[in-house]
Amino acid sequence: MPQTDAATVALARDGDSEAFRALVERHGRAVFRLAHRMTGNAQDAEDVVQETFLKAYKQLGRFESRANFGTWLHRIAVNCSIDLIRSRPHRESGHDADDLEHFGAVSEVHESGQKTPERLMLSTEVYERVTSAMGGLSQMERAAFVLRHFEGQSIDDISRSLGLKVNATKHSIFRAVRKMRTALEPFVAADERG
Amino acid sequence: MNTHLTEDDLVLHYYGEMSDADEARAVGHLSACTDCHAGYRRLQRVLAVVDEAAAAAPELPVHFERTVWARLEPELRRDKSPWLKWLVLSPSRLAWAAAVIVLVAAAFYAGRLSPRPADAPAQASAAPGVVRERILLMDLGDHLERSQMVLVGIVTADGDTAFDASMERAEAEQLVFANRLYRQTAVSTGDRTIAALLDELERVLVDVAASPERLSAERLAEVQRRIDSQGLLFKVRVLSSELRERQKTAFRERAGQSGRASL
Repeated sequence: MPQTDAATVALARDGDSEAFRALVERHGRAVFRLAHRMTGNAQDAEDVVQETFLKAYKQLGRFESRANFGTWLHRIAVNCSIDLIRSRPHRESGHDADDLEHFGAVSEVHESGQKTPERLMLSTEVYERVTSAMGGLSQMERAAFVLRHFEGQSIDDISRSLGLKVNATKHSIFRAVRKMRTALEPFVAADERG
Repeated sequence: MNTHLTEDDLVLHYYGEMSDADEARAVGHLSACTDCHAGYRRLQRVLAVVDEAAAAAPELPVHFERTVWARLEPELRRDKSPWLKWLVLSPSRLAWAAAVIVLVAAAFYAGRLSPRPADAPAQASAAPGVVRERILLMDLGDHLERSQMVLVGIVTADGDTAFDASMERAEAEQLVFANRLYRQTAVSTGDRTIAALLDELERVLVDVAASPERLSAERLAEVQRRIDSQGLLFKVRVLSSELRERQKTAFRERAGQSGRASL
């Protein structure tokens, strides 16, 4: 029977590297997914996974055994992602709204001409659309949007994490949502018409 | 609330980020205004698609965990000897350590020989930036030479039977950590070509490090194909030889400066 996280952490804390390996195997994918959403890049996400587990390993002694290891690790991963985003030169441009509108408009014609609604709903296609739209966000827009939308953090908390003023955080989220709408609304509308 | 809700209001309402009073007004307005209600429905649909995409994210490869561990384990081992980890295989730290040594040495000589102004250029030639460049070139050059040997070992292995890759695997394990540091250094200094090559190399090194000690013929063929398809060995050789040239040039420049200084 697999051990609980708490028992595995206790072993890892005593220097059992196999126990730590078990934690990596249990939580590695979730950390990667979070990091990939935050950074938008697989290579960066791999670095974040690495840094997250290294930090966790070094700080195991400080982990409260009553706490949830997954949640604790998740927080470390968010911080590592933010550190990485901050360390990179800002890519604030992303795509502008016109580019995205063009992307949406072209897609709409293409979809309505060639694809059935069933085809439209294929999850891989949805994934590609959204990935492409997310690719149009700047790093800060992306980080703020991911923390608000996927991680459910409040705007106040996000402001503190990203070191932004509350208004700047709000505007990053507004811009991100606006870009997502511009890119995805034609797709959603075509789907509804289909 | 007679005025329509803006797009930003709708976003704040969606995420529950309005004050209680604004929230009550927004709810009242949405129930009365068909335009704003339609706008809010569109926003909900777009964000539902975003959620749907998150659930549809492609699965990571089955050996993902093995690969993560192959990268991580050497660093954890290093973490157990904290005084060593400060220096081990980190080009920037090695460079700074060397720079400090050079500066101390330069200060020592400057103190002893300060009445002789002709020595100034010699000190200039040992400036930290120059030293750092030389050490980086030498360090990365050595790293690429060692990586080449791993790649050559794999590429030239006979694919008819299972291959004993224990040596290549052990060497790859050691190289993965250093490679990651070199790649991150290249990214931070904006050297994209080197960063891209080191990224490709790292993936193969991790693959080899995460492999069993005896590679089946199929597994060996898979790694060989991966190396071949990227032209990795060729690229590593080219970069390695470029670095050697840069090293020689740096050495000649230094020798020239020293020669002029001693005149």
